[in-house]
Amino acid sequence: MKYIRAFGAFWWDFIVGDDWRVAAGVALGLAITAFLAHRDLAAWWVLPTTVTLVLIASLRHSTRADS
Amino acid sequence: MTHDLLLFLATFLASGVEAVEALTIVLAVGVVRGWRSPLIGVGAAAVVLAVIVVVLGPALRLLPIDTLRLVVGALLLVFGLQWLRKAILRSSGYKALHDEGVAFAAEREQATLAGRGAPTAMDWYSFTVAFKGVLLEGLEIVFIVVTFGAAQGRVAFAAAAAVTAVALVVIAGIAVRSPLERVPENTIKFAVGLLLTSFGIFWGGEGAGVNWPGSEAAILAILGFLSLLSVALVRQLRRQRHAALPAGAGA
Repeated sequence: MKYIRAFGAFWWDFIVGDDWRVAAGVALGLAITAFLAHRDLAAWWVLPTTVTLVLIASLRHSTRADS
Repeated sequence: MTHDLLLFLATFLASGVEAVEALTIVLAVGVVRGWRSPLIGVGAAAVVLAVIVVVLGPALRLLPIDTLRLVVGALLLVFGLQWLRKAILRSSGYKALHDEGVAFAAEREQATLAGRGAPTAMDWYSFTVAFKGVLLEGLEIVFIVVTFGAAQGRVAFAAAAAVTAVALVVIAGIAVRSPLERVPENTIKFAVGLLLTSFGIFWGGEGAGVNWPGSEAAILAILGFLSLLSVALVRQLRRQRHAALPAGAGA
Protein backbone atom coordinates (compact mmCIF):
# COMPACT_ATOMS: atom_id res chain seq x y z
CA MET A 1 0.00 0.00 0.00
CA LYS A 2 2.86 2.33 0.93
CA TYR A 3 4.51 1.75 -2.47
CA ILE A 4 1.27 2.32 -4.39
CA ARG A 5 0.76 5.59 -2.54
CA ALA A 6 4.36 6.65 -3.22
CA PHE A 7 3.97 5.69 -6.89
CA GLY A 8 0.77 7.75 -7.16
CA ALA A 9 2.38 10.69 -5.32
CA PHE A 10 5.34 10.61 -7.71
CA TRP A 11 3.14 10.80 -10.83
CA TRP A 12 0.90 13.45 -9.25
CA ASP A 13 3.95 15.57 -8.50
CA PHE A 14 5.50 14.86 -11.92
CA ILE A 15 2.44 15.83 -13.97
CA VAL A 16 0.34 18.14 -11.79
CA GLY A 17 3.26 19.79 -9.97
CA ASP A 18 2.98 22.11 -7.01
CA ASP A 19 -0.19 23.96 -8.03
CA TRP A 20 -3.21 21.77 -8.76
CA ARG A 21 -5.17 24.85 -9.89
CA VAL A 22 -3.17 24.85 -13.14
CA ALA A 23 -4.31 21.31 -14.02
CA ALA A 24 -7.90 22.09 -12.96
CA GLY A 25 -7.90 25.28 -15.08
CA VAL A 26 -6.54 23.42 -18.12
CA ALA A 27 -9.23 20.70 -17.77
CA LEU A 28 -11.96 23.36 -17.52
CA GLY A 29 -10.56 25.26 -20.53
CA LEU A 30 -10.48 22.12 -22.66
CA ALA A 31 -14.04 21.21 -21.62
CA ILE A 32 -15.36 24.68 -22.58
CA THR A 33 -13.43 24.52 -25.88
CA ALA A 34 -14.94 21.11 -26.74
CA PHE A 35 -18.42 22.31 -25.73
CA LEU A 36 -18.25 25.37 -28.04
CA ALA A 37 -16.46 23.60 -30.92
CA HIS A 38 -19.04 20.81 -31.07
CA ARG A 39 -21.80 23.41 -31.40
CA ASP A 40 -19.96 25.04 -34.32
CA LEU A 41 -19.18 28.14 -32.28
CA ALA A 42 -15.80 29.91 -32.38
CA ALA A 43 -13.68 28.24 -29.68
CA TRP A 44 -10.07 29.07 -30.65
CA TRP A 45 -9.89 31.93 -28.13
CA VAL A 46 -10.79 29.80 -25.07
CA LEU A 47 -7.42 28.10 -24.42
CA PRO A 48 -5.22 31.23 -24.82
CA THR A 49 -7.61 33.04 -22.45
CA THR A 50 -7.59 30.12 -20.00
CA VAL A 51 -3.79 29.96 -20.01
CA THR A 52 -3.58 33.73 -19.37
CA LEU A 53 -5.99 33.56 -16.43
CA VAL A 54 -4.49 30.36 -14.96
CA LEU A 55 -0.95 31.74 -15.20
CA ILE A 56 -1.89 35.03 -13.53
CA ALA A 57 -3.85 33.26 -10.77
CA SER A 58 -1.09 30.72 -10.09
CA LEU A 59 1.64 33.40 -10.01
CA ARG A 60 -0.45 35.57 -7.71
CA HIS A 61 -0.94 32.59 -5.39
CA SER A 62 2.83 31.78 -5.37
CA THR A 63 4.00 35.35 -4.85
CA ARG A 64 1.48 35.95 -2.06
CA ALA A 65 2.62 32.76 -0.34
CA ASP A 66 6.25 33.94 -0.61
CA SER A 67 5.67 37.49 0.62
CA MET B 1 8.47 23.05 -41.84
CA THR B 2 8.00 25.63 -39.05
CA HIS B 3 6.19 22.96 -37.06
CA ASP B 4 9.10 20.55 -37.45
CA LEU B 5 11.63 23.21 -36.55
CA LEU B 6 9.73 24.17 -33.38
CA LEU B 7 9.22 20.51 -32.48
CA PHE B 8 12.95 19.84 -32.90
CA LEU B 9 13.84 22.99 -30.95
CA ALA B 10 11.50 22.22 -28.04
CA THR B 11 12.70 18.61 -27.71
CA PHE B 12 16.36 19.55 -28.17
CA LEU B 13 16.31 22.38 -25.60
CA ALA B 14 14.24 20.48 -23.01
CA SER B 15 16.47 17.42 -23.36
CA GLY B 16 19.57 19.58 -23.17
CA VAL B 17 18.69 21.24 -19.85
CA GLU B 18 17.56 17.96 -18.27
CA ALA B 19 20.80 16.32 -19.45
CA VAL B 20 22.84 19.14 -17.90
CA GLU B 21 21.13 18.51 -14.54
CA ALA B 22 21.65 14.72 -14.78
CA LEU B 23 25.30 15.27 -15.76
CA THR B 24 25.89 17.42 -12.65
CA ILE B 25 24.64 14.59 -10.40
CA VAL B 26 26.69 11.87 -12.12
CA LEU B 27 29.85 14.03 -12.19
CA ALA B 28 29.58 14.88 -8.49
CA VAL B 29 29.24 11.22 -7.49
CA GLY B 30 31.85 9.96 -9.96
CA VAL B 31 34.50 12.53 -9.00
CA VAL B 32 34.22 11.68 -5.29
CA ARG B 33 33.56 7.92 -5.30
CA GLY B 34 34.90 6.58 -8.62
CA TRP B 35 33.21 6.02 -11.98
CA ARG B 36 32.32 2.32 -12.24
CA SER B 37 29.15 2.21 -10.13
CA PRO B 38 27.64 5.54 -11.28
CA LEU B 39 28.21 4.58 -14.91
CA ILE B 40 26.43 1.25 -14.35
CA GLY B 41 23.61 3.31 -12.77
CA VAL B 42 23.49 5.57 -15.85
CA GLY B 43 23.35 2.52 -18.14
CA ALA B 44 20.55 0.91 -16.12
CA ALA B 45 18.51 4.14 -16.16
CA ALA B 46 19.07 4.51 -19.92
CA VAL B 47 17.71 0.98 -20.48
CA VAL B 48 14.58 1.71 -18.39
CA LEU B 49 14.00 4.98 -20.29
CA ALA B 50 14.45 3.27 -23.67
CA VAL B 51 11.91 0.59 -22.69
CA ILE B 52 9.40 3.31 -21.70
CA VAL B 53 9.82 5.02 -25.11
CA VAL B 54 9.54 1.73 -27.01
CA VAL B 55 6.40 0.67 -25.10
CA LEU B 56 4.64 4.01 -24.71
CA GLY B 57 5.35 5.49 -28.17
CA PRO B 58 3.54 2.84 -30.26
CA ALA B 59 0.83 2.42 -27.56
CA LEU B 60 -0.10 6.10 -27.83
CA ARG B 61 -0.35 5.83 -31.60
CA LEU B 62 -3.18 3.31 -31.19
CA LEU B 63 -5.43 6.17 -30.02
CA PRO B 64 -7.51 8.07 -32.62
CA ILE B 65 -5.59 11.21 -33.65
CA ASP B 66 -8.09 13.69 -32.13
CA THR B 67 -8.16 11.85 -28.78
CA LEU B 68 -4.37 11.61 -28.86
CA ARG B 69 -3.99 15.35 -29.51
CA LEU B 70 -6.47 16.17 -26.77
CA VAL B 71 -4.60 14.00 -24.24
CA VAL B 72 -1.16 15.16 -25.42
CA GLY B 73 -2.32 18.80 -25.54
CA ALA B 74 -3.68 18.59 -21.98
CA LEU B 75 -0.45 16.99 -20.69
CA LEU B 76 1.78 19.48 -22.52
CA LEU B 77 -0.32 22.39 -21.24
CA VAL B 78 -0.06 21.27 -17.62
CA PHE B 79 3.62 20.40 -17.98
CA GLY B 80 4.48 23.54 -20.00
CA LEU B 81 2.66 25.84 -17.59
CA GLN B 82 4.72 24.37 -14.72
CA TRP B 83 7.95 25.21 -16.57
CA LEU B 84 6.67 28.65 -17.59
CA ARG B 85 5.40 29.52 -14.12
CA LYS B 86 8.73 28.61 -12.51
CA ALA B 87 10.67 30.47 -15.24
CA ILE B 88 8.61 33.64 -14.63
CA LEU B 89 9.11 33.33 -10.86
CA ARG B 90 12.88 32.90 -11.37
CA SER B 91 13.17 35.81 -13.82
CA SER B 92 11.24 38.12 -11.50
CA GLY B 93 13.36 37.18 -8.46
CA TYR B 94 10.66 35.31 -6.53
CA LYS B 95 12.48 31.99 -6.95
CA ALA B 96 16.23 31.39 -6.84
CA LEU B 97 17.93 30.84 -10.22
CA HIS B 98 19.06 27.26 -10.77
CA ASP B 99 22.84 27.11 -10.31
CA GLU B 100 24.69 23.97 -11.47
CA GLY B 101 27.77 24.97 -9.44
CA VAL B 102 25.75 25.01 -6.20
CA ALA B 103 23.96 21.75 -7.12
CA PHE B 104 27.33 20.11 -7.89
CA ALA B 105 28.85 21.23 -4.55
CA ALA B 106 25.83 19.97 -2.56
CA GLU B 107 25.81 16.60 -4.35
CA ARG B 108 29.58 16.20 -3.89
CA GLU B 109 29.33 16.94 -0.17
CA GLN B 110 26.63 14.30 0.28
CA ALA B 111 28.67 11.77 -1.73
CA THR B 112 31.69 12.44 0.51
CA LEU B 113 29.67 11.97 3.71
CA ALA B 114 27.91 8.75 2.61
CA GLY B 115 29.41 5.52 3.93
CA ARG B 116 31.41 3.10 1.77
CA GLY B 117 31.25 -0.69 1.40
CA ALA B 118 34.15 -3.05 0.58
CA PRO B 119 36.49 -1.50 -2.06
CA THR B 120 35.84 -4.21 -4.68
CA ALA B 121 32.07 -4.38 -4.19
CA MET B 122 29.49 -2.41 -6.09
CA ASP B 123 29.10 1.06 -4.56
CA TRP B 124 25.31 1.08 -4.16
CA TYR B 125 25.21 4.72 -3.04
CA SER B 126 26.81 5.85 -6.32
CA PHE B 127 24.70 3.47 -8.37
CA THR B 128 21.44 4.62 -6.76
CA VAL B 129 22.19 8.35 -6.96
CA ALA B 130 23.24 8.12 -10.62
CA PHE B 131 20.33 5.80 -11.53
CA LYS B 132 17.75 7.98 -9.79
CA GLY B 133 19.19 11.24 -11.16
CA VAL B 134 19.29 10.03 -14.76
CA LEU B 135 15.90 8.30 -14.51
CA LEU B 136 14.10 11.33 -13.05
CA GLU B 137 15.66 13.89 -15.41
CA GLY B 138 15.32 11.41 -18.27
CA LEU B 139 11.61 10.87 -17.60
CA GLU B 140 10.97 14.49 -18.51
CA ILE B 141 12.86 13.97 -21.77
CA VAL B 142 10.91 10.77 -22.48
CA PHE B 143 7.63 12.50 -21.69
CA ILE B 144 8.38 15.28 -24.18
CA VAL B 145 9.70 12.91 -26.87
CA VAL B 146 6.71 10.58 -26.60
CA THR B 147 4.02 13.29 -26.47
CA PHE B 148 5.54 15.47 -29.22
CA GLY B 149 6.43 12.49 -31.36
CA ALA B 150 3.07 10.76 -31.00
CA ALA B 151 1.00 13.89 -31.69
CA GLN B 152 2.93 14.48 -34.92
CA GLY B 153 3.45 10.78 -35.70
CA ARG B 154 7.20 11.40 -35.50
CA VAL B 155 8.58 9.71 -32.39
CA ALA B 156 11.87 8.89 -34.18
CA PHE B 157 12.36 12.55 -35.19
CA ALA B 158 11.70 13.78 -31.63
CA ALA B 159 13.95 11.04 -30.22
CA ALA B 160 16.74 12.11 -32.62
CA ALA B 161 16.51 15.69 -31.32
CA ALA B 162 16.72 14.42 -27.73
CA VAL B 163 19.64 12.06 -28.42
CA THR B 164 21.54 14.88 -30.20
CA ALA B 165 21.09 17.18 -27.20
CA VAL B 166 22.09 14.52 -24.65
CA ALA B 167 25.14 13.52 -26.75
CA LEU B 168 26.30 17.16 -26.99
CA VAL B 169 25.92 17.64 -23.22
CA VAL B 170 27.80 14.41 -22.46
CA ILE B 171 30.64 15.32 -24.87
CA ALA B 172 30.87 18.81 -23.31
CA GLY B 173 30.82 17.27 -19.83
CA ILE B 174 33.64 14.85 -20.66
CA ALA B 175 35.64 17.70 -22.22
CA VAL B 176 35.40 20.11 -19.27
CA ARG B 177 35.00 17.50 -16.47
CA SER B 178 32.93 19.91 -14.41
CA PRO B 179 29.28 20.95 -14.30
CA LEU B 180 28.19 22.99 -17.32
CA GLU B 181 27.64 26.21 -15.40
CA ARG B 182 27.85 28.43 -18.44
CA VAL B 183 24.82 26.88 -20.15
CA PRO B 184 22.09 29.55 -19.84
CA GLU B 185 19.80 27.03 -18.16
CA ASN B 186 17.21 29.47 -16.85
CA THR B 187 16.77 31.16 -20.24
CA ILE B 188 16.46 27.76 -21.95
CA LYS B 189 13.84 26.67 -19.41
CA PHE B 190 11.86 29.83 -20.19
CA ALA B 191 11.96 29.01 -23.92
CA VAL B 192 10.96 25.39 -23.29
CA GLY B 193 8.03 26.49 -21.10
CA LEU B 194 6.83 28.79 -23.91
CA LEU B 195 7.17 26.08 -26.58
CA LEU B 196 5.49 23.31 -24.55
CA THR B 197 2.58 25.59 -23.61
CA SER B 198 2.18 26.80 -27.21
CA PHE B 199 2.06 23.24 -28.57
CA GLY B 200 -0.27 22.30 -25.71
CA ILE B 201 -2.73 25.06 -26.64
CA PHE B 202 -2.54 24.17 -30.35
CA TRP B 203 -2.92 20.38 -30.05
CA GLY B 204 -5.31 20.52 -27.10
CA GLY B 205 -7.49 22.90 -29.14
CA GLU B 206 -7.33 20.69 -32.24
CA GLY B 207 -8.20 17.61 -30.18
CA ALA B 208 -11.20 19.44 -28.70
CA GLY B 209 -12.46 20.32 -32.19
CA VAL B 210 -10.98 23.79 -32.85
CA ASN B 211 -10.21 24.91 -36.40
CA TRP B 212 -7.34 27.31 -35.81
CA PRO B 213 -7.41 30.55 -37.87
CA GLY B 214 -4.38 30.33 -40.18
CA SER B 215 -4.09 26.57 -39.59
CA GLU B 216 -0.54 25.57 -38.50
CA ALA B 217 0.66 29.20 -38.63
CA ALA B 218 -1.49 29.78 -35.55
CA ILE B 219 1.20 28.16 -33.44
CA LEU B 220 3.55 31.09 -34.17
CA ALA B 221 0.84 33.55 -33.14
CA ILE B 222 0.26 31.59 -29.92
CA LEU B 223 4.01 31.54 -29.23
CA GLY B 224 4.24 35.31 -29.84
CA PHE B 225 1.25 35.99 -27.59
CA LEU B 226 2.64 33.83 -24.76
CA SER B 227 6.07 35.46 -25.05
CA LEU B 228 4.59 38.96 -24.72
CA LEU B 229 2.36 37.84 -21.84
CA SER B 230 5.33 36.28 -20.01
CA VAL B 231 7.53 39.36 -20.45
CA ALA B 232 4.69 41.55 -19.14
CA LEU B 233 4.20 39.24 -16.13
CA VAL B 234 7.92 39.24 -15.32
CA ARG B 235 7.98 43.07 -15.41
CA GLN B 236 4.85 43.31 -13.27
CA LEU B 237 6.21 40.85 -10.68
CA ARG B 238 9.60 42.63 -10.56
CA ARG B 239 7.82 45.94 -9.86
CA GLN B 240 5.67 44.23 -7.23
CA ARG B 241 8.74 42.68 -5.59
CA HIS B 242 10.68 45.96 -5.51
CA ALA B 243 7.65 47.77 -4.08
CA ALA B 244 7.37 45.14 -1.30
CA LEU B 245 11.07 45.40 -0.33
CA PRO B 246 11.94 47.64 2.63
CA ALA B 247 13.59 50.94 1.58
CA GLY B 248 17.27 50.36 0.69
CA ALA B 249 17.00 46.55 0.62
CA GLY B 250 17.03 46.34 -3.20
CA ALA B 251 20.15 48.53 -3.60
